[in-house]
Amino acid sequence: MSSISIDETTRDPAFPGVFLRMDSIEKSFPGVKALQGVSFSVARGEVHGLVGENGAGKSTLMKVLAGAYHANGGQMELNGEIITAPTPAAMIERGVAVIYQEFAQADHLSVAENIFMNRLPRNQFGQINWAVAARDAETAMSRLGFNIDPRRTVGSLSVAQRQMVEIARASSRNAQLIVLDEPSAVLGDNELEKLFATIRSLQAEGVAFIYISHRLKEIFELCQRATVLRDGRMVSSRPIEEWTPDTLIQSMVGRPIADYFPKRNAQPGEEVLGVSGFSRGKALRNVSLTLRRGEIVGICGLAGAGRSELLRAIVGRDPVDAGEISLHGRKQDIASPRKAIQLGLGFAPEDRKTEGLFLSQSVKFNVTISKLGRFGSPAKLNLGKERGAVRDYVRQLRVKTPEVDTKIGTLSGGNQQKCVIAKQLNAQCDILLIDEPTRGVDVGARREIYELLVDLVEREGLAVLMVSSELPEIIGMCDRILVMREGEISAELPRGSSEEEIMKHATFH
Amino acid sequence: MAAPDRMTETAGRKFFIGLPRGAGLVWVLIGLCILATFLSPSFLNPVNVTNVLRQVALFGIVSVGMTFVILTKGIDLSVGSILGVCSVTTALLLVAGWTMPAVVAAVLVIGVLMGAVNGLGITLGGIPPFIMTLGMMVMGRGLALTLANGQPVSIGGRAAEFMWLGRGAALGLPVPVWIFAIVAGVAIYVLRYTTYGRQIYAVGSNAEAAHLSGINVGLVTFSVYMISGFLASLTALIFVSRLTVGEPTAGTGIELEAIAITVIGGTSLFGGEGGILGTIIGAGILAILANIMNLLGISPFTQQIVKGAIIIGAALYEMLGKRRSRH
Repeated sequence: MSSISIDETTRDPAFPGVFLRMDSIEKSFPGVKALQGVSFSVARGEVHGLVGENGAGKSTLMKVLAGAYHANGGQMELNGEIITAPTPAAMIERGVAVIYQEFAQADHLSVAENIFMNRLPRNQFGQINWAVAARDAETAMSRLGFNIDPRRTVGSLSVAQRQMVEIARASSRNAQLIVLDEPSAVLGDNELEKLFATIRSLQAEGVAFIYISHRLKEIFELCQRATVLRDGRMVSSRPIEEWTPDTLIQSMVGRPIADYFPKRNAQPGEEVLGVSGFSRGKALRNVSLTLRRGEIVGICGLAGAGRSELLRAIVGRDPVDAGEISLHGRKQDIASPRKAIQLGLGFAPEDRKTEGLFLSQSVKFNVTISKLGRFGSPAKLNLGKERGAVRDYVRQLRVKTPEVDTKIGTLSGGNQQKCVIAKQLNAQCDILLIDEPTRGVDVGARREIYELLVDLVEREGLAVLMVSSELPEIIGMCDRILVMREGEISAELPRGSSEEEIMKHATFH
Repeated sequence: MAAPDRMTETAGRKFFIGLPRGAGLVWVLIGLCILATFLSPSFLNPVNVTNVLRQVALFGIVSVGMTFVILTKGIDLSVGSILGVCSVTTALLLVAGWTMPAVVAAVLVIGVLMGAVNGLGITLGGIPPFIMTLGMMVMGRGLALTLANGQPVSIGGRAAEFMWLGRGAALGLPVPVWIFAIVAGVAIYVLRYTTYGRQIYAVGSNAEAAHLSGINVGLVTFSVYMISGFLASLTALIFVSRLTVGEPTAGTGIELEAIAITVIGGTSLFGGEGGILGTIIGAGILAILANIMNLLGISPFTQQIVKGAIIIGAALYEMLGKRRSRH
């Protein structure tokens, strides 16, 4: 896919000229090239859409723009000035404001204090002039077409209101370029309209926006140009008229599926897990699914679609407002992870390090902790038996560790993940829920984990429900694919579906 | 992502159970003993040795409870006050004519209950352990002083039958030492051979992962404060027996001593690492240090300076060890 000339200016003749130019930006982390040769530009008064899959590099690019990350290569130009020392303060000074999904606000402080954080108006003695602060805050807000009592604490505001306060903060600092990271994820339709109105009014004053969203509908409604990132590279940057939803999705996704998934001989048996009507606010909306023995079912979708929330609700970690689960045909009330384990549900959480492992403990400790009953009575554990069992798992799963007493934090990501799976096997699970099976696992170990999962369902008769952000993985491993979107299952696709088709159901268009 | 190139590290459970990073501390202890013998000929005197062992025992019992709490990433600042309340109660009940077994039972229950209050505040109330036990410490001391009317309570005539607990001996060793040996032995067993012991390490190491592993984090947390309270009350009984008075100020500062002993012994304040053997050695180190300084006639104030320096030194040692293992 070719890139477009980055000298193209905005279509609005009142504000010609490029405000931001990012040229061949490179950013690497140990072992990972997050951004490679990314170039694009944003003109004054332009709303520029930035799209891409999870992990495409959007956040990293914005952090480079915000001065939070230092690029390893390439350069940034703001208003014709090449930025040599990008720090957050320097970028803010030059008019760049980034509004993250998790607002950088002090909940217990007032609206005025948040808008003027660190810049509260003071009198000649250095004391804060609260009256001026309140008045200036009101001015800033009314410029944007809304008003909230500046003395109210931010913590008492709705999310939409907090977002407005964030924008007011940026605008009061005379931001010339405001980055909005998934602003609509937390808004209702009504609030969205207000947001758009605010954006457009600032746009008329020459403020530029970078609008990051998975909701393509909004991109088409609001943006003059859109740039697609994929795997850390800029695929294409064009005026919005030159995109269609299909071509946009195709750019986001188009990549050959690596041929390293094990051959599968799927012979699904009886139903082992049935979820019906799971609901919790906006996070989960009437979700139902079934899982059969010998099956690998995948759950995919964009960040925030509810995939991890679904798994956590099934294993009783998070509550649901409505819905039922049945295991092996019997209705069950899974009120806690403890109960889930007793009923044979194994759960490998999304964030291995903070949720799945006891990093300072040994491999042995980690593998056996959720079911020690196999090694004796609670008051008398047979340590020898435990050691033997863990050694067996280590051998069976080919975990590379010097001994079972080795601190698990020193193992590689792939081996840690194998231990997490071993832990579920030790707990005698027959249904394995696994969230991001190969996150933080290098290519070599990935294949081993795929083989392990296939082995578990084909030879040991387990059933696997797998959440993944990586479409090749979902497509290569799963017998059925459930696509989630905004808390619902928007489609169930068969094995062999294309990435485009999946993305279509994962986004709005 | 490439596998990190690090020296592998065992989680320290081979020979010296519960001792972190090998047996370095044992050598410190042995070294101190040797140093003591050089510095003062009276050190190896049987009476002196018995004194030291008794010191180890008295502080050690409370420290075992503190170890359980710290392993869960908590802290118990109230053990001194619980000891005070229980001392006064012991004396008052004895004076009131209760039988020995009844007094012992009642006082132990009080210790457990006060610990339970801590536990409830921390689990159900969500109050950070530092604050909850701090509040209990202040309240407890006030309670002890109120019960005692600000004065030590003598147990008078009951002293004779109660003496064996704090002043008796069996097979040449003071009774408190035997009690400590049993307490420590049980504690070591529990932490190593029971499911409950594992759960304590899990909760301290990563509470979220422990929850997802099916552990009732709240129950485990609650229980260790009860254990701590229980051991404080047990120590109170011994104190009263030795002094024949229930002092409302008994145990003042013992919480800091117990924390110091636990931390010097290698149990991490960040939870999930350490154990009872380390605590025993920590108690030994501090007791011998105090003994040496006493034998040398060093003023108690200077002793405090030295003790504080040791605590900082031990913590530095642990931090350096962590930093090394991270590379």
